[in-house]
Amino acid sequence: MPEKKDIVVRTVGVTKNFMLGRIELQVLKGIDLEINQGEYISIMGPSGSGKTTLFNMIGGLDKPSNGRVYIDEVDVAQLDAFELAWLRCRKIGYIFQTFNLIPVMTALENVTLPMIFAGTSHDESVDKGRQLLELVGLGERILHKPFELSGGQQQRVAIARAFANSPAIILADEPTGNLDLKTGKEIIGLLKEMNRKQGVSVITATHDLKMLDISDRVIWIRDGQVERIENRADLNIQVGAVEGE
Amino acid sequence: MAKKIGKQLSLPKSEAFKMSLRNIRIRFGRALVVSSSVFLGVAFLMSILTSSTITSALLKNGPDAIRLSLSVDASDYMARNIWLVSLSLLVCVVGITNSMLMAVSERSREIGTMKCLGALNRFIMEIFLIESALQGLVGSLAGGLVGALAIIISFFFRYGGQIAPYVPYFSILKVFIFSVVLGTVIAIVGAIYPTYLSARLEPAEAIRREV
Repeated sequence: MPEKKDIVVRTVGVTKNFMLGRIELQVLKGIDLEINQGEYISIMGPSGSGKTTLFNMIGGLDKPSNGRVYIDEVDVAQLDAFELAWLRCRKIGYIFQTFNLIPVMTALENVTLPMIFAGTSHDESVDKGRQLLELVGLGERILHKPFELSGGQQQRVAIARAFANSPAIILADEPTGNLDLKTGKEIIGLLKEMNRKQGVSVITATHDLKMLDISDRVIWIRDGQVERIENRADLNIQVGAVEGE
Repeated sequence: MAKKIGKQLSLPKSEAFKMSLRNIRIRFGRALVVSSSVFLGVAFLMSILTSSTITSALLKNGPDAIRLSLSVDASDYMARNIWLVSLSLLVCVVGITNSMLMAVSERSREIGTMKCLGALNRFIMEIFLIESALQGLVGSLAGGLVGALAIIISFFFRYGGQIAPYVPYFSILKVFIFSVVLGTVIAIVGAIYPTYLSARLEPAEAIRREV
């Protein structure tokens, strides 16, 4: 490993405009970020601040209007369709607020799907899928369809799926947004554990204050700009008090 | 740490095929809509074709009594029927396009998720095209059989068993194969535009879309 920290994600002057009817709305107004390998980052901000849009830029799910996004020092805009699919498949694992499991597939099939896309053999992907589902605590529910699972269980499947191809980055957009307090805590704990054990960078867009406590850095977004970046040591938030416990 | 970006592999067609089959099995009601649309079109096409095949065979070799009773102007009759069949097949294509558009927007989030997991646009397109082709194949097989049988039976009712040696079974089989292929092609043609839409969606947009 080199002396200096590896930067996995770097954005330079990223802006994004959306057309709302005939009015052009600038959602992101120039974002510069650097995220290191193995960091746990929370992107915080009120609704409409541009969190999800930024999240989509970092994940290569949408194209910025201006500026550049580098993943592993590769400019995402320069990639062709095959390289972009490869990047999404192997470098990045996605977790969504709405879980987004494929409804017609069982938990195990959902987890093996990205491995099939990566060209892993059937037996190998089933083995790894079982291991991952056991890791997230769903060892005995692998043959259930998403609608037979609770919200928390679905999100666990989604986490297992995100880790299927051992990505370098996990992107989680409001992973606890549709979950109750207790389940949300469990999911956050699981993400942190995976972050520590496997050394992946976890980037979450959230306004769940429970996230702050375990983040290495918190990036506050307001009106499409980075308001401030805080290290964990500087944070002084009593999570319990905020949540009313 | 490797800083190289590879190229995503194209999955073999069998994977897309497996996924299409699963989708058809689970969304069976939706599949029936496309199939029945093709079924109706092909049944009509097949009945017209079978009827004209049998008529021309009877006019050529059949017993004199039947030949006289068939003395309609066959060519004029055919021209109008071809016009009707073409129209019905056109309606069929529009119906399939509509149904597949529904399928694509219904599964928009699923498409977006698959793209996030590393699916190539081509793979998504293959899934939808194979699905539509399979539904078209099933519909046109059934439609062809029903159309041909109905006409053969009606001929026997009208002229009795005496025409049995003159019915051109081999020609009917050829017409049947033609109809089935045409029905399947129509299902694929109807799915092209919806499939193109599904491939064009950016993953972020596909997931954001509320249906």
